[in-house]
Amino acid sequence: MKLLSLLRIFTLCWTLVSGMALAEPATLRLGITPAMAHGQYALLEEWRSYLQAKLGRPVEFIFRNSYQEHVDLMKLRKLDFSWLSAPAYLESRPYCKLLATPLFQGRPYERAYLIVSADDHTTHSLLDLKGKIFAYADPSSNTGYLVPLHQLQQAGMDSGTYFRKTFFTRDHQKIVAAVAIGLADGGALSGFFWEVLDQSRPDITRQTRIVSKSAEYGMPPLVARSTLNKQDFALMQKVLLNMSTDSEGIRLLERLKLNGFAKTSDRLYRNVFLMMKREGKL
Amino acid sequence: MSFMNLSYRYKVPLWGSFLIVVSALAVSASFMLNAYNKLENDLAIESEQLGYSLKSNLFSAMLQDDVWRAFEIIAEASQRPASARVHVESMVVVDNALRVVVSTHPKETPMLTTMGELGAEFRELATRISVMSGEQAKTVYLRHSKHYYSLTPISKDNTRLGTLVIVHSRDVFLPLYADSAWDALSVGGLILAILLPFNWYWGQRMALPLVQLAARMEQLGKKWPEKLDPALYEYHDELGSLFEAYHHLLKDLKAKETLEARMVQSERLAALGQLAAGIAHEINNPLSGMLTAIDTLKYHTDTSPLTQKTIALIERGLNQVKETVAALLVESKVKSRTLTPQDIEDVLMLISPMSSRKALHIAWHNSISEEIGLPATCIRQILINLLMNAIKAAAHQGEVACDIGIEAAQLRISVSNNGKMLTEEQIAHLFEPFAAFSEGGHGLGLWVTYQVVQQLGGNITVSREMKDRMNFRVTIPIENET
Repeated sequence: MKLLSLLRIFTLCWTLVSGMALAEPATLRLGITPAMAHGQYALLEEWRSYLQAKLGRPVEFIFRNSYQEHVDLMKLRKLDFSWLSAPAYLESRPYCKLLATPLFQGRPYERAYLIVSADDHTTHSLLDLKGKIFAYADPSSNTGYLVPLHQLQQAGMDSGTYFRKTFFTRDHQKIVAAVAIGLADGGALSGFFWEVLDQSRPDITRQTRIVSKSAEYGMPPLVARSTLNKQDFALMQKVLLNMSTDSEGIRLLERLKLNGFAKTSDRLYRNVFLMMKREGKL
Repeated sequence: MSFMNLSYRYKVPLWGSFLIVVSALAVSASFMLNAYNKLENDLAIESEQLGYSLKSNLFSAMLQDDVWRAFEIIAEASQRPASARVHVESMVVVDNALRVVVSTHPKETPMLTTMGELGAEFRELATRISVMSGEQAKTVYLRHSKHYYSLTPISKDNTRLGTLVIVHSRDVFLPLYADSAWDALSVGGLILAILLPFNWYWGQRMALPLVQLAARMEQLGKKWPEKLDPALYEYHDELGSLFEAYHHLLKDLKAKETLEARMVQSERLAALGQLAAGIAHEINNPLSGMLTAIDTLKYHTDTSPLTQKTIALIERGLNQVKETVAALLVESKVKSRTLTPQDIEDVLMLISPMSSRKALHIAWHNSISEEIGLPATCIRQILINLLMNAIKAAAHQGEVACDIGIEAAQLRISVSNNGKMLTEEQIAHLFEPFAAFSEGGHGLGLWVTYQVVQQLGGNITVSREMKDRMNFRVTIPIENET
């Protein structure tokens, strides 16, 4: 109840602010989740400035904890773009459309990594972690939740009782930390984030062991709300796709550990879609 | 030897030192205890404040079962700035079933383990937590533990979800405590440094007079004690009174001894006088007969020259005996005229030739201006004897002083001279007849003087004055015959 009233006040304020700014070109708002931000706020600020310059429009990054909140904001037209997880995108397809998919190692794919502590030499698959403590990334995450859940389902296990305790860290890289310090016995996360962390903090990744890597799935896409006008959609898409063509864009992409953005279709997320179907999430 | 038998000189300072050391220790100990309690209290408050600052966030994280957020809250709070006094070793969040919800060190305190499984200290903490009520945090110091614990209930609106256990190492406690303890010890040391020397000085200062007094009291009865320095103790407290009493006692004893000695001497002299007078009378009677017989015999013409010669010899001998006996028989009771100032001045005339032979200076002072009811012959005899003795004893070109006057109805004669001094031994036998030290004369001068003074009811004393001066003092009560 409290949260709802707070949200109402917030919305009211926001309407007032945007009303006052009517004379200026409308601000483009991009939603970022902790999973995507993973603490690199300075880098995100640079990216925001870059986008602002390229778009010729004010750009605002909106940070919300969960994908679901982003979808809600898009429904309310409070958010123009969002970097969603694949399941979150698929779930809220009527409200948003695919804008671009980031390229990791030149391809728009990622894998789910199952990791355990480096001291754990007995775990060879998810099925060895029965009754243990397990860390997920986010309930809306593909690699950080849906994939291991689906694997359990496939093995005929009840994911609700299989682990003794589960928790969410929201940030994929924190899964590595949780497993490394022993808070969780195992965790599932996007291989992209593990590899990125492995480059910047090998001391942390070294404390974990990758038990298995899943099949490939589409990278979390950038989406636009379906109600957004075509010009803004096209403008943003163009700027993103062209990032890898100018030096500043390349520099930013390097720091984001991406190769660029690609125009993709829902086909890329078919595997995820099927998994969700099987899990009864769609 | 027991402590109580020690000299006051050591006992007083030692006892004082003991008390000072005990006091300094007590002060230091109290300071240290205070510092210890204050430090414990301070650390407890700081730790409880830390717990309190976390409890609201932890409450909502626990409410939503957001383990990771709870972990991040305690992990971040564990990173204390280096300047902070309170350092956190670890934090553990337990639920109401005393199971670990999350901890900063999951390998040591894994999630979902019960506190009972985490060792004795956690078991003890579990019992403490189970009896905790309300929202008040509590700090627990366990015996022999290397840690101390702050327990903060994670609660809101009287709903308690669990407890935050903050584990602190006691290692930080000791250096902090050492600082305070060092301060306390310094205070104690300072007290000792100031009071001990002062106490030692004061103790000695207090004891020294007592010690010296005791040593002298011990000597009493065996010999005359050494003189006690009056500056040793010049205050008028009890010890001062003791000193006064000692001096009184010593004075009385000395006076008594002098009196006894004088009594012995006068008794001896009186006995001697009686003996001499007795013998003189006994000799005088036959002597008179013998002298008469010799006188008669002398006038017989038929005696041979040898007989004549013998008679003359006997007569001279008998006359000498008579003179000697006459000298021994001091008779002051002879009727004599009273003393006039001129009688005294005559004496000066009489001795002048003797004194000028030795080129002496006579300091003459006679304050008698009128007739005095005392026999002139006796007084003159006394004066002549004393002056002749003084002239004899005085050094060449020395000084003889004579002072005659009246004081408190007494004739006072004082004759002194510089030169050869008399020893105590000589003084003791000075007034006896035929004194061995007498040079020339028959040694009866002072004896006679003494006898005359005694018979006049007076007193004669001799004393050494200054370094080289003998003084004879005679006092004779004046009978008021007029």
